[in-house]
Amino acid sequence: MKNINKTTDEFNKIVKKEQPAVNKVSNFLKAYLVGGTICLIGQIFWELYMTLFDYSQQDAETMVTITMIFLGGLLTGLDVYDEIGQFAGAGSLVPVTGFANSMVAPALEYKQEGFIIGIGANLFSIAGPVLAYGMVSAFLVGLIKTLF
Amino acid sequence: MAEKTKGQTLIFRNPPHIVAHASIVGPEESKGPYSEYFDLHLEDAKYGKDSWEKGEERMAANAVNLSLDKASVTPADVDLMLGGDLLNQLITADFVARDLDTPFLGIYSACATLVEGLTLGAALMDGGFADCVVAFASSHYQTAERQFRTPLEYGVQYPPYKQYTVTGAGSYVLGWLGGDVWISHATLGKVIDLGVTDPNDLGSAMAPAAAEIILQNFKDLNRSINDYDLILTGDLGITGKKVLTALLEEENVIPEDKLMDCGAEIFGYKEEYGSGGSGVGASATFFGSVIIPKMKAGEYRRVLLIGTGALLSALTVKQKESIPAIAHAIVAERIPGG
Repeated sequence: MKNINKTTDEFNKIVKKEQPAVNKVSNFLKAYLVGGTICLIGQIFWELYMTLFDYSQQDAETMVTITMIFLGGLLTGLDVYDEIGQFAGAGSLVPVTGFANSMVAPALEYKQEGFIIGIGANLFSIAGPVLAYGMVSAFLVGLIKTLF
Repeated sequence: MAEKTKGQTLIFRNPPHIVAHASIVGPEESKGPYSEYFDLHLEDAKYGKDSWEKGEERMAANAVNLSLDKASVTPADVDLMLGGDLLNQLITADFVARDLDTPFLGIYSACATLVEGLTLGAALMDGGFADCVVAFASSHYQTAERQFRTPLEYGVQYPPYKQYTVTGAGSYVLGWLGGDVWISHATLGKVIDLGVTDPNDLGSAMAPAAAEIILQNFKDLNRSINDYDLILTGDLGITGKKVLTALLEEENVIPEDKLMDCGAEIFGYKEEYGSGGSGVGASATFFGSVIIPKMKAGEYRRVLLIGTGALLSALTVKQKESIPAIAHAIVAERIPGG
């Protein structure tokens, strides 16, 4: 015979009442601002690569992606990107800097288990599903485009 | 029913003394309001080793050795060591025991492990199977995060009620002579699951088990909240403590300011630590280093210490299982005339 007799629903009501609320509006705004800022930085690099270094539009786009991946990785290594992520949520998770973060974070984490079974085996532990389903969707979209 | 039990509560005829205690905490805990109470502070979470796991092992080993030094006993004097941690296969406790010439039992009930160790140790002593027992437990932010969640630097957003694993190890030497506090009773908990599935809200998942064991202790010993100076829970955190308060109030137990949670306290309620500390390191360090000295000073005479454990693994979370929880309690009293 237990002393606390509650159903999951009854207990959930208590939990919801006592839990600090997640402010979705403020999370949305923060994500918008930080995500937008990351895109703005990318845009500035794009303009700089085209005007200062005379890259073609396509090459400048590639250079911007490389630059943003570098910055995402660097900020992860400097122990900053997870703080940005806690503040911005999807705003820093979705851009390519977030993808870089998802690769560099496990690399740092598993370094202590060595290069092969540590870094090598775990590098894609977060990014793996994104790549797998990204490729599957690309294949499906490509298939549809070819057929129709 | 056995002679020395009442309901789920063991009554110790010869209450074992907590002869000595030692604690070591990590860098974040050292910034908290209770920093000065702990014996040693780590500046670096790896403690000079090349991995976090080895750092945790060194932290736990040093806590055990320091507690033995404080009690003036050697590992060979100890009849039994009971230890546990949060890592798979109890690697921290096992590897600590590897270097000590003492019989060892590895124990696990997540963050209730320390109270489980004190309970078993006291029962074995009162039962006449041991005269000196060491109970220790440790948890570590980095090792626990990587086992239970995602890599540390991964920029994922956690809700404000998520707890932060305490880096800390505590070791208790139980004996018959010395010390200021003894263990008079222990109440053994049942596994309780009210269907919480969010692994970021372990405090809420554990609160029903804590409420259950408090009420059971009161029932078995025919006591009320007035018989205790402090109800100290392990690591419910700020949110879990509120849920526990709500559950108790529905049962007409009004804890008011008698309820304290080691995890909620240890980081000083700062926003960056969400709902506060979690992990067995919270109760392992806080009870011995903060509360026992206050009992010695006469601030508290009788304390109900409740270890609270969330019995999840990374696998059960992925398989969408709800989170079962367990809580055990011990009654710690200031030794009369001591």
